[in-house]
Amino acid sequence: MKKTIIIALLVVAIVASMAIVFAGCDTGSDFKIGAIYINSQNDTSGYTFAHHSAIKKAMQELNLKDNQLVIVDNVAEEYNAVSTAVDTLVGSGCDLIIGISFGYIDAMADKAVEYPNVIFSHATGYMSNDTNFNNYFGRIYQARYLAGVAAGLKSLETGNNKLGYVSAYTTAYAETASGINAFAMGAQAVNPDAVLYVEELKSWGNQTQERALAESLIESGCGIIAQHCDSAQPQIAAQEKGVFGCGYNSDMTTEAPDAHLTATVWHWDVYYKAAIEAAMQGPANFMEKMGKDYYTGLKEGLVGVSPITKNCAPNTQTAINNVTKLIVDGEWDVFSGVKLSIAKDGSVTMNDAALVDCKGNVIVEAGGASVDDGVIKGSMNYLVAGVVGEYDPTTTA
Amino acid sequence: METFSLFIINVIVYGIPLLYATVGEIITEKSGSLNLGVEGIMAVGAIIGYYIGSKADSLFVAMLFAFLSAAMLGLLFAFLTVTLKANQNVTGLTITTFGLGFYFFIGKAVGNNWPLLGGNLKEQYSASIFVYLGVVIAVLAFIYLFKTKAGLKTRAIGENPAAADAAGINVNAYKYVNIIIGAGIMGLGGLCMGLKMNGAFEGSNCWINGYGWIAIALVIFAKWNPLIAIGGTFVFGFFNSLQVYSSRFATEFPNALGWLSKIPIEFYKALPFIITALVLIISSVRKKKVPDEPTAIGLNYYREDR
Repeated sequence: MKKTIIIALLVVAIVASMAIVFAGCDTGSDFKIGAIYINSQNDTSGYTFAHHSAIKKAMQELNLKDNQLVIVDNVAEEYNAVSTAVDTLVGSGCDLIIGISFGYIDAMADKAVEYPNVIFSHATGYMSNDTNFNNYFGRIYQARYLAGVAAGLKSLETGNNKLGYVSAYTTAYAETASGINAFAMGAQAVNPDAVLYVEELKSWGNQTQERALAESLIESGCGIIAQHCDSAQPQIAAQEKGVFGCGYNSDMTTEAPDAHLTATVWHWDVYYKAAIEAAMQGPANFMEKMGKDYYTGLKEGLVGVSPITKNCAPNTQTAINNVTKLIVDGEWDVFSGVKLSIAKDGSVTMNDAALVDCKGNVIVEAGGASVDDGVIKGSMNYLVAGVVGEYDPTTTA
Repeated sequence: METFSLFIINVIVYGIPLLYATVGEIITEKSGSLNLGVEGIMAVGAIIGYYIGSKADSLFVAMLFAFLSAAMLGLLFAFLTVTLKANQNVTGLTITTFGLGFYFFIGKAVGNNWPLLGGNLKEQYSASIFVYLGVVIAVLAFIYLFKTKAGLKTRAIGENPAAADAAGINVNAYKYVNIIIGAGIMGLGGLCMGLKMNGAFEGSNCWINGYGWIAIALVIFAKWNPLIAIGGTFVFGFFNSLQVYSSRFATEFPNALGWLSKIPIEFYKALPFIITALVLIISSVRKKKVPDEPTAIGLNYYREDR
């Protein structure tokens, strides 16, 4: 008898909970966003934090409620982990699934085929399909060029032509190579004698090593430390040793108030707002509006630099504004056969000059058009002249 | 030449937290307990010590609380393994998981108000304080373990707790004290790491960064001797720092050291463990009469089984 009652109760409970679930589906705005994060949604800085706060911001602007975002976080870049996360999100009724880490690529591509009614959007990748799967990324190198300009002006002021750069990788990824090159070119546009010394971290983030590499660069005489890695340690090291620096991902002025010039930052909310808005009208509309490969830059506001600080040289803002205008108006881009020359007062002149790598190979003839493709398609694997990167036996005489 | 002196400084400054962790683990292991929770204990000592220290604006308070909070975890480990006889390996691993979780919990709970290194704490802190203190602690640990009666008793428990018990030594009390003190010293090492990182809390990366695991290997390398551990710290620190300096050596001395850049960085990361494996192999081949490793390590002592 007892058993029967318990079973009866269980059945009632299950039916009731199902009713609640189905009832939940029927409410007005049932659009749901699923997000897969590499780190925790509670992070207070870093890559996941940047994406999470951008998604929240975009949702707020679109008047979506908090419960319309379903998150699976701390998902490793493993096929099974990602497919499980996708299954969970589809199971909880998500219409748009956002994956923020590069390594999610294969699982997301396969799942997009499995769930044709769900939209998949993948950051920093290169795969897509025609119906419900795209990737998004941006011309972060344009913002790095601007940071380079700020660093160049500062180097003229301090008289120290040696700049340092702590990079996750050098030429292994076009993303990192283009960042180093753009920063160097930005600095050289102001100070032709500037030399950029690059130290390679060989991982995307490792606080201790980031710190040690930055210290090593500073000790060898670099007066400005830029970075392409997760933590603020390179900026903190710069602050400690009384030199200057350019951060990444977030405005690092809080961590290094007397050292920080300006940081290269992403405004992911620009993409997320457009993407969520488009996705609410269904997959076909999403693919039409956002495209298979969403790739924008300064013009659309996806990338930028944080407000310049008191540590910057005079006229830094003017110079940055002038270069920004050229890029936004489409008159000029970083990797082309035209070089900018920026005076101390911030005025910009354009000259035809070949783009040459550090081995002396000509990449773009003088006056040639932008080779932005090399960054987007990931083929850029060289460092430009004036960059001292990892030791390569073929380059030394 | 300048590069070399910078390299040596890097070896010392980034290697010294290892010494604390290693000495703490040696004291623990000499009493017959294998504490695999070093990483977690260091993390807790670092985060609590740093946070309270920066609130109180005093290096001494930071060190005190780093020691105490880590010692609390040692007490937990001792209670679970000595009193409740839980499996030492499992308990240690649990403590690591717990400690790292606690580290992020505290950091994220404080959130944007996280204090950056400043004020008196910054004035009082210098890397060299921790270098000297570390060496002093290692020497004191050596004297304690090998030159005092209490140390003799501790070692006796680590070798054969039943015999020690029969000789009238309070096995459980000695184990408790050694585990707690050992853990406290590990906590100081964690604080040393945290201060080196300027106390900048990053949501996805712990200050300790795997040092706890290297320390466990270093204990074996140092043959459970705190004095050898001082040297061992710098040997391991040497390979650790090579990760950072190899490309620079290669660039500056292309003819002599150019080959360094061809070695993948993962190899340097693995080196401490490869060396430890070699030490284990060599010592087992040599078959010394008295092994370096405490005989009863990792085994819980059941008085009733005597």
